[in-house]
Amino acid sequence: MSGKTANMKVVEGSYAVAHAVMCCRPDVISAYPITPQTHIVENLSQMVADGELNSKFLTVDSEFSALSVLVGVCAAGGRGYSSTTSQGLALMNEVLYNVSGMRLPIVMNVANRAIGAPLNIWNDQQDSIGARDVGWLQIYCEDVQEAVDATLQAYKIAEDKEIRMPAMVCMDGFVLTHVYEPVELLDKEKARDFLPDFQPDNILDPAHPKTFGAFADPSAFTEFRYQQFEAQQKSMAKIEKVAREFEEVFGRYYGGLLDGYYLDDAEIVIVSLGSVVGTIKDAVDAMRAEGKKVGLLKLRCYRPFPVQALRKALKEASVIAVIEKDVTIGCEAGLVTDLKASFYNSNIRTPIIGFAAGLGGRDITIKDIRNIVAKAEAARKGQQPEFEFLNLRTEIL
Amino acid sequence: MAIKAGSLVDACSTRITKTGAWRTFVPQFDHDKCIKCSLCEIYCPEGCIHQVDGLFVPDLDYCKGCSVCANECPRMAITMVLEEK
Repeated sequence: MSGKTANMKVVEGSYAVAHAVMCCRPDVISAYPITPQTHIVENLSQMVADGELNSKFLTVDSEFSALSVLVGVCAAGGRGYSSTTSQGLALMNEVLYNVSGMRLPIVMNVANRAIGAPLNIWNDQQDSIGARDVGWLQIYCEDVQEAVDATLQAYKIAEDKEIRMPAMVCMDGFVLTHVYEPVELLDKEKARDFLPDFQPDNILDPAHPKTFGAFADPSAFTEFRYQQFEAQQKSMAKIEKVAREFEEVFGRYYGGLLDGYYLDDAEIVIVSLGSVVGTIKDAVDAMRAEGKKVGLLKLRCYRPFPVQALRKALKEASVIAVIEKDVTIGCEAGLVTDLKASFYNSNIRTPIIGFAAGLGGRDITIKDIRNIVAKAEAARKGQQPEFEFLNLRTEIL
Repeated sequence: MAIKAGSLVDACSTRITKTGAWRTFVPQFDHDKCIKCSLCEIYCPEGCIHQVDGLFVPDLDYCKGCSVCANECPRMAITMVLEEK
């Protein structure tokens, strides 16, 4: 990050992201309020009502409708925005696949929250990690500034002619949506230059009738899926490129697909994503001061999963610990499983251990990170289970 | 024909896409029994039975073999036959 602080303001994360959305000039905002996303759409509604933002704001009856409306908006050539979380994202699930299959570049902020039952409104990332297979790009943010910047970047990536895929910008609920911290809000004019108006190739037009998401029988269905798969693969280069273009204009860069922190000579590497990365950085600082060769790999882009970049960045590590706020009920958790899979056909045979941590809003502390590093050291000698629930309270089981 | 991203197709695509491909049974019409009541044409959910030169015939490019015509025919003039391809 540059040291420029000229336009820094202390604002709530949700306001900062709403301001970023305003700078992206969506034609239609369609959303249903749900904690902890509510402040984002409340702010947008206010901006529209005050005439600050020339968008149509639609209040709908559910998240299913919220995203379905945007299918129509985007197919008709408009730029669409929504935001949701948790049960709301789950309710959108069917439409998520349709948006991706129809190649509609909708951008959505996901205010990550646990998903019920049991009912829980606090932060974890079960909601969006659970939606990893729907064909949306997924970018995870460490702080509010990243969420602001990634929102603008996401439209540019999604709307690229070669990509045309929807994107989720994931920010931890409450931790980022409700925090007040200094943020450099986007400059409207610079944002307009960075992100020109949406230029669709095909639109719904009564004069030239077309069908989006048409029927595909077994002779062509595989090929449509392949096209989506290829678009995700191609988007990796675009995500890197857009991150650099953003840096040129706005002076901030957080890595494209991933970023390293004390990674070059690290023996013990923690891999994680989202806001907990900030805590891990503090823990790494403390352990480095004690001479421990600990490093961090922050994954920014979870879909597409940057297999080659991860292999390159992690090949020197002697042990890897993955910390994530989700669990695949039945087999470890999303990130650790994907990471292991991406190494299997390489010559990397580094031990990898995984931790489901911070579920349903439980804090992850520096002490926890130190504890995980101690477990990683034990794993190097094969004395640690491959996967565990961090700080499991066995006394209440 | 190359496919377009987003499963995008121009209007009237079923003129090109023959949707009768998944049929298992095919209707056979006994034109001697037929009394030209049109019920098969009226009930066909695909709208693919029409009179050709005075005889009712299914358009097999679109017929799914659903048997509705055979079921509705008051003269039992339509028989569903296993189609081997």
